[in-house]
Amino acid sequence: MAVELKMPALSPTMEEGTLAKWLVKEGDTVKSGDVLAEIETDKATMEFEAVDEGTLAQIMIPEGTDGVKVGTVIALIQGEDDEAPAQSAAKAEPKPDVKGEAEDSGEPEEMPRQMPTAARELVADVANTHEDPEAPEGTELVKMTVREALKDAMAEEMRKDDRVFVMGEEVAEYQGAYKVTQGLLDEFGPKRVIDTPITEYGFAGVGTGAAMAGLRPIIEFMTFNFAMQAIDHIINSAAKTNYMSGGQMRCPIVFRGPNGAAARVGAQHSQNYGPWYASVPGLIVIAPYSAADAKGLLKAAIRSNDPVVFLENELLYGQSFEVPKLDDYVLPIGKARVARAGTDVTLVSYSIGVGVSLEAAKRLAEEGIEAEVIDLRTLRPLDKGTVLASLKKTNRMVVVEEGWPTCSIASEIMAIAMEEGFDDLDAPVLRVANVDVPLPYAANLEQMALVRADQVVEAAKKVCYK
Amino acid sequence: MAKAAAARSATPRTAAPPAPNRERPEEPRRFEGSKDELLEFYRQMLLIRRFEEKAGQLYGLGLIGGFCHLYIGQEAVAVGLQSALEPGKDSVVTGYRDHGHMLAYGIDPKIIMAELTGRGAGISRGKGGSMHMFSVEHKFYGGHGIVGAQVSIGTGLGFKHKYAEDGGLALVYFGDGAANQGQVYESFNMAELWKLPVIFVIENNQYAMGTSVNRASAEDQLYRRGESFRIPGLQVDGMDVLAVRGAAETAREWVKSGKGPILLELKTYRYRGHSMSDPAKYRSREEVQSVRDKSDPIDHLARELEGLGIKEDQLKALDKDIRKIVADAAAFAEESPEPDAKELYTDVLVDTY
Repeated sequence: MAVELKMPALSPTMEEGTLAKWLVKEGDTVKSGDVLAEIETDKATMEFEAVDEGTLAQIMIPEGTDGVKVGTVIALIQGEDDEAPAQSAAKAEPKPDVKGEAEDSGEPEEMPRQMPTAARELVADVANTHEDPEAPEGTELVKMTVREALKDAMAEEMRKDDRVFVMGEEVAEYQGAYKVTQGLLDEFGPKRVIDTPITEYGFAGVGTGAAMAGLRPIIEFMTFNFAMQAIDHIINSAAKTNYMSGGQMRCPIVFRGPNGAAARVGAQHSQNYGPWYASVPGLIVIAPYSAADAKGLLKAAIRSNDPVVFLENELLYGQSFEVPKLDDYVLPIGKARVARAGTDVTLVSYSIGVGVSLEAAKRLAEEGIEAEVIDLRTLRPLDKGTVLASLKKTNRMVVVEEGWPTCSIASEIMAIAMEEGFDDLDAPVLRVANVDVPLPYAANLEQMALVRADQVVEAAKKVCYK
Repeated sequence: MAKAAAARSATPRTAAPPAPNRERPEEPRRFEGSKDELLEFYRQMLLIRRFEEKAGQLYGLGLIGGFCHLYIGQEAVAVGLQSALEPGKDSVVTGYRDHGHMLAYGIDPKIIMAELTGRGAGISRGKGGSMHMFSVEHKFYGGHGIVGAQVSIGTGLGFKHKYAEDGGLALVYFGDGAANQGQVYESFNMAELWKLPVIFVIENNQYAMGTSVNRASAEDQLYRRGESFRIPGLQVDGMDVLAVRGAAETAREWVKSGKGPILLELKTYRYRGHSMSDPAKYRSREEVQSVRDKSDPIDHLARELEGLGIKEDQLKALDKDIRKIVADAAAFAEESPEPDAKELYTDVLVDTY
């Protein structure tokens, strides 16, 4: 019988892709290892290889088709001993729900199927919510992904100031490990878009030195997990220089890259460094949620005369938000944002936790509780004023953080509420964070470890005594 | 494979060493300076010596706190190297044993000593201390307290010179101890890969705190440490200021002609402990005395100057002048007020958010 070829998942979070090109045609003999097709995602173009041998009997999805869901049957391969399929089996419509089909026919589920991960729920929370960016009345809005917004921010600043350059692993010829620097090499050339060896400690130091000498480096870490190798330069060399030199020597540098948990990548690749860097005087720490904030704040970070740690999130890169169409969209560093107005309880969060909070707020509204959601955006300096003003209004607070609970941003917000907002509190502040363990790999344990909207709902009801 | 091995063994061996497969700098020549130039070297080295002796005294009196790493014995290195630089164009960075490098730039000893005593008039407003001093005006970028960090930072200075096409180079000092840090080799790799104008300088004073080079380094000929990155290395007598200056010129020429970085190993010696709190029990008094007697860079140059007709009296008068400068610096550093309390909160960030 014919073997079904299914749309493969090329990355842990891939849901769909474009079947860019068929490299074989119907009737061709294929053997294991032959490249059959090119498949594009928002991150990359990948080659799809044959595993089975036989004749390519039928192409079900023509090349150039967008939005092909993972698991869709894209072609049939006839084994050597098999009979050719009846020609009357006309080209089928794409059947996106392969899982359902398998259940209907009673056949065992086959690969490929989507990898189970709690990260998908985080992304779903984001996708379910709506964000209004800060912009003057009447400004045109365009949908764009966080990835595109970050790239535009860098490109715009590089056009304006030739001291700005980007350096990191795979930022140039590969177009970025997560495609955030896509196209920058073409526009700015290898002098300003620089591939480094795999040498975080070294290139973080090189960037720091270049900043001290007057340039404006953007140092990309493939993820902030790898910046641990370089943390000495971020803290000891970059953050302390201005103070130790009595204001004589500056270090205007941006360290940026994805931070926090991704999907099923295990403990060493899943960590939120927000609280680490936010505890260091001399650093600016930014962790945006929406594409508009990512753009406006990255531009501000590049212009800042201080060293900035700019924490992105891999799960947010592909998410689309509305971004104001303005020539120069810059947002102030150190200002939180009311992402949703409410009267009954304040949910404070940042980065991907904002999506979780907004989803929780939506569910709470169904139960008659109006939650106000504060997106901190900048973790250092922290906008205490916005947090305390909201607390004054709602008298109840829950902090939501995709990260460990101990010595966290949540801990800091709770301390601020105690020290400066005690009289406004009608209930103890609660925190909803990841479980206090290294992030496990197994899907069920990962699910239990990561922060979830239902926990936020529960905590909000608790502080509302409902 | 067997065939290839057989073919190789059939080749007759030649006595001559294999020809180097890449260009190397020529052996540096000892600097032949004028009498005035030599006298200026002498003056600078003596200033560093007397300044450091005074710093040691002030430390003993409790006026200087924390760590204090003296440069006594190593004076010829900073003076010889920095005299070959173009002021305002080339940049310098070093570790925490940084007083001598600043003095070699002609920076006012008063504001250096005042930083050592933690006074508001210090070059870092008293907020840096002995290990964290900078002079952006002189393109002296510190003064760094973490062993080896300055090597990556210095490579970044070299990156800036190349990026800005400003014709400058970066002189990057580090010790024999720092030479074993991983980031040094990460930096070597990038510096050569991108042909950055960097002179890497290992000040080999033989001891990384209390551990001698031989006890810490598998390859103790440190000038070879760049070889696997194709960075040529030169070993230099760091106790002879004229040899140092000669090597600096060779290195400068190499770097400025776009050939990429070069590594100099300066063989030198520190007479004092690693820091003021180090009793230096890991070496004998005789060892130190023997170096002082035979190789002291200042005595060495004094004899050379006498050979050029400079009278002993003249050198004595110079010493007297320097002692006065140092005594004034010490008095200034002792009498200047501590930083204003409001300085606690200044200079954390540049911008206001």
